[in-house]
Amino acid sequence: MSGSSNLVAMKKIVQQLRFEASINRVKVSQAAADLQQFCMQNALQDPLLTGVSSSTNPFRPQKVCSFL
Amino acid sequence: MATQEVQPNETLTNLKAESDTLKTKLEDERAKLHDVELHQVAEKVDGLGQFIMKTRRTLKGHGNKVLCMDWCKDKRRIVSSSQDGKVIVWDAFTTNKEHAVTMPCTWVMACAYAPSGCAVACGGLDNKCSVYPLSLDKNENLAAKKKSVAMHTNYLSACSFTNSDMQILTSSGDGTCALWDVESGQLLQSFHGHAADVLCLDLAPSETGNTFVSGGCDKKANVWDMRSGQCIQSFETHESDINSVRYYPSGDAFASGSDDATCRLYDLRADREVAIYSKESIIFGASSVDFSLSGRLLFGGYNDYTINVWDVLKGTRVSILFGHENRVSTLRLSPDGTAFCSGSWDHTLRVRDRGYHLG
Repeated sequence: MSGSSNLVAMKKIVQQLRFEASINRVKVSQAAADLQQFCMQNALQDPLLTGVSSSTNPFRPQKVCSFL
Repeated sequence: MATQEVQPNETLTNLKAESDTLKTKLEDERAKLHDVELHQVAEKVDGLGQFIMKTRRTLKGHGNKVLCMDWCKDKRRIVSSSQDGKVIVWDAFTTNKEHAVTMPCTWVMACAYAPSGCAVACGGLDNKCSVYPLSLDKNENLAAKKKSVAMHTNYLSACSFTNSDMQILTSSGDGTCALWDVESGQLLQSFHGHAADVLCLDLAPSETGNTFVSGGCDKKANVWDMRSGQCIQSFETHESDINSVRYYPSGDAFASGSDDATCRLYDLRADREVAIYSKESIIFGASSVDFSLSGRLLFGGYNDYTINVWDVLKGTRVSILFGHENRVSTLRLSPDGTAFCSGSWDHTLRVRDRGYHLG
């Protein structure tokens, strides 16, 4: 019966919303500070921020061999 | 006929009213904590300066649009899949093709490398996710060892191994995500909640526990508990399909790319969107996003053939990368963070890095 299945579906929606409304949240200022701290702490280990030297770069340009 | 006992106050009208109240309450709770913007917090951080990236390798060989790619943990192999049904495994250092499989369907929209490096998973219009063990014998017919793992009732949009070769997570046009046991093909858990096609998924970094995020055509990004199947958080701020989701490296946030031409950052602990990466000049959808290792950079591949590089903290664009001759459809950072690979409808994949560090 479509009436009772609408009811069941609606109950699920309400249950899900109750769950989502009840979670603990932190302020954006706190969350943002943590995101920033993570970036700063890991900046030196981020090869795309620092670049890598040619000798350690696995994707250094392939050199062409030539006979001298 | 047995029916559920309905409490007197649980009529449809009452439930609808409660649902509306709860939605308003959610908005209020999220708004209360919105005391500052991310880019304001990041004002004192040094800017990134000039940002140049170089294409180091171009992988040519697909006969049609590249739809998906993934890196092997060995940081050199790449698997890619295409509209023409081909799945290719490349050695990105040498650009050699190591394996090629022809799928029985076109539009192979999803592919993934197994953590061991010994197998790849792929699927698309066949509604399945299949696993191919990679043989060391180049002459062996990979298709003979194919194992069908996942079965959906619509196209497979994304797949990912969990932290072992034993389980695969899939998302589908049928509106669900699912977790499968590779060996038996058994469905371990299904995830219902999206109201339309699910287009993408990403697993949380292993340190943060058993969750994953999915994005769909219902404009929602949902975070799921893998064990219980429950949706634990949901975000609906995009104005169109979400094509790509990726966790921030700490696991506390995730980014999304959408057909609404924006990328956004959602913080899981604040339970809200905390940044939008957009410009008036960017009007084409973002198809694929990924972070650099520190989370400072967000790479976005777009349908206007470009890759925009964003400063995650300041919200500004630091670079725009050209080179592809058609839509960028897929983009992933290499496992050690030294490079990233992009795949495109121009049939190629490109590996780029930052160039040389002087001194």
